[in-house]
Amino acid sequence: MADVRPLTEGELAAIRGEFPILARTVRDGRPLVYLDSGATSHKPTAVLDAERAFYEQHNAAVHRGAHQLAEEATDDFEAARATVAGFIGAPADEVVFTKNATEALNLVAYAFSNAAPTDEPKDERFVLGPGDEILVTEMEHHANLVPWQELARRTGATLRWVPVGAEGALDLTGIDELLTERTRVFAFTHVSNVLGTVNPVTELAARAHAVGALVVVDACQSVPHLPVDVATLGADFIAFSGHKLYGPMGVGVLWGRAELLEVMPPFLTGGSMIELVTMERSTYAPAPQKFEAGVPNAAQAVGLAAAVRWIEAIGIDRIHAHEASLVDQLQRSLAERPWVRVVGPAAGTPRGGAVAFVVEGVHAHDVGQVLDDAGVAVRVGHHCAWPLHRALGAAATTRASFAVHNTSADVEALLAALDRVPVIFGVDTEREAS
Amino acid sequence: MDLYQELILEHSKRPQHSGLREPFDAEVHHINPTCGDEVTLRVDVTGTGPDAVVTDISYAAQGCSISVASTSVLAEEVIGHPVAEALETFEAMRAMLTSKGQVAGDEALIGDGVAFAGVSKYPARVKCALLGWTAFTDALARAGVDISSTSSPSPQGVPS
Repeated sequence: MADVRPLTEGELAAIRGEFPILARTVRDGRPLVYLDSGATSHKPTAVLDAERAFYEQHNAAVHRGAHQLAEEATDDFEAARATVAGFIGAPADEVVFTKNATEALNLVAYAFSNAAPTDEPKDERFVLGPGDEILVTEMEHHANLVPWQELARRTGATLRWVPVGAEGALDLTGIDELLTERTRVFAFTHVSNVLGTVNPVTELAARAHAVGALVVVDACQSVPHLPVDVATLGADFIAFSGHKLYGPMGVGVLWGRAELLEVMPPFLTGGSMIELVTMERSTYAPAPQKFEAGVPNAAQAVGLAAAVRWIEAIGIDRIHAHEASLVDQLQRSLAERPWVRVVGPAAGTPRGGAVAFVVEGVHAHDVGQVLDDAGVAVRVGHHCAWPLHRALGAAATTRASFAVHNTSADVEALLAALDRVPVIFGVDTEREAS
Repeated sequence: MDLYQELILEHSKRPQHSGLREPFDAEVHHINPTCGDEVTLRVDVTGTGPDAVVTDISYAAQGCSISVASTSVLAEEVIGHPVAEALETFEAMRAMLTSKGQVAGDEALIGDGVAFAGVSKYPARVKCALLGWTAFTDALARAGVDISSTSSPSPQGVPS
């Protein structure tokens, strides 16, 4: 993406102006330097306005009622679906709105579960039992690990995982033993929320499909930062959250291939998702309604669509290039500090919008506290990827993650605050971090 | 910043009474799931009822400076003291840490624990500072000591 037009300083200033929260101060009047967009992004005014406008002008329970507000709310909700679907290159009816990405991943995991106990004809691809295997990776966020552990427990299938190797890449040396005709599902992240590693989704999906496995991709850290096109990605399902995509909290997305959504059993059941209900049993609406039980989060979906339009007006490729330059600046600056160990791919290797690191001899909580004291907000801990941290030999890491509104000055502020850490904790800055 | 008092840094670099020792009456393993801090803590109690004395607290702590230092202070303040007094110390420490900066802490009761007064202004860190202390009261309970006089005997009772 070398020919992408960089954001000008004027554009960047205008973008920053669209985030009201960036105007506030923290910790005794310090300007907020927000480097925690990997946890949740801030929301531009366009998103806040869209959500408010929905409530002020069209608020109604969608897919119910025949009054004008209900029609308008339903139109807004379905238009939001089309907008979000278009952003990832999907037809609208392949997009299911969920509460968050975690629910989206559980929806798929429970489709397998719910296929098991019924006596009805079902698609064999969703029936799991002893002898079947679920493959994940060691770098997964708990959201794409725990649901599969639970699915294995419920069905008697076996959970296996691809280890993490050098520089935070998946170690694929044993992939032929891990990914076999026993593998029914391969669930992995597109971009690691800790390492920033960009996994070769298309290649992995092709291998999985060759043995008949379904491919579920956690796209939480890719969709907000990279162009993602499900038509060419190779996955069968992707899940991502709205709140990391400049959208509201309380809305996530599951994309699935239409033919799979059609045969998948529902997860949550109740109103809206039915076709016909008698006292004895029910039949279900076609996807995506089949997976959207209850009054949906229409205002949040509308807000998310506004976020997507806002991103499209800037250009996701330009956002990616901007963030990549900040990631590169940070990585190169950290490399000059021998007391800091960056986890994940070396500088120059494609990365998502996050850089996690360890300060030798200082716990990440303490690093984060010193940064916070300077108004620099980062994430500390295991970032919901505890097994990955065990593999890295680090109890916790400090993670800076970027969004389009971040600047080179934000990186400088982080570094200036970070340089106080060895002073406060008496770290030998000459000694190399192990 | 007033959080990292010299006393805290000293205790975190050189945790007092660190290491796991025998004999012990109960061993517990407590974790702080939000950050992965862990402590394995053993308690050795001599005597029963009002005469019970905390003979030893030994531990292996892995975590941030606040949690390690707080566990070190716990060992320093409580080893060799009657259980009833140890529980009073715990109560005083807990009251200070959960006071959102309103309670300064009584040095006569909590000793070096007063260095942690600043922690109470950082809600995310209160759990770190209480990790060793809640492990201690849990270990006492498992050792068969009546800890019902404390208002927060289990880790579930600790504000996070």
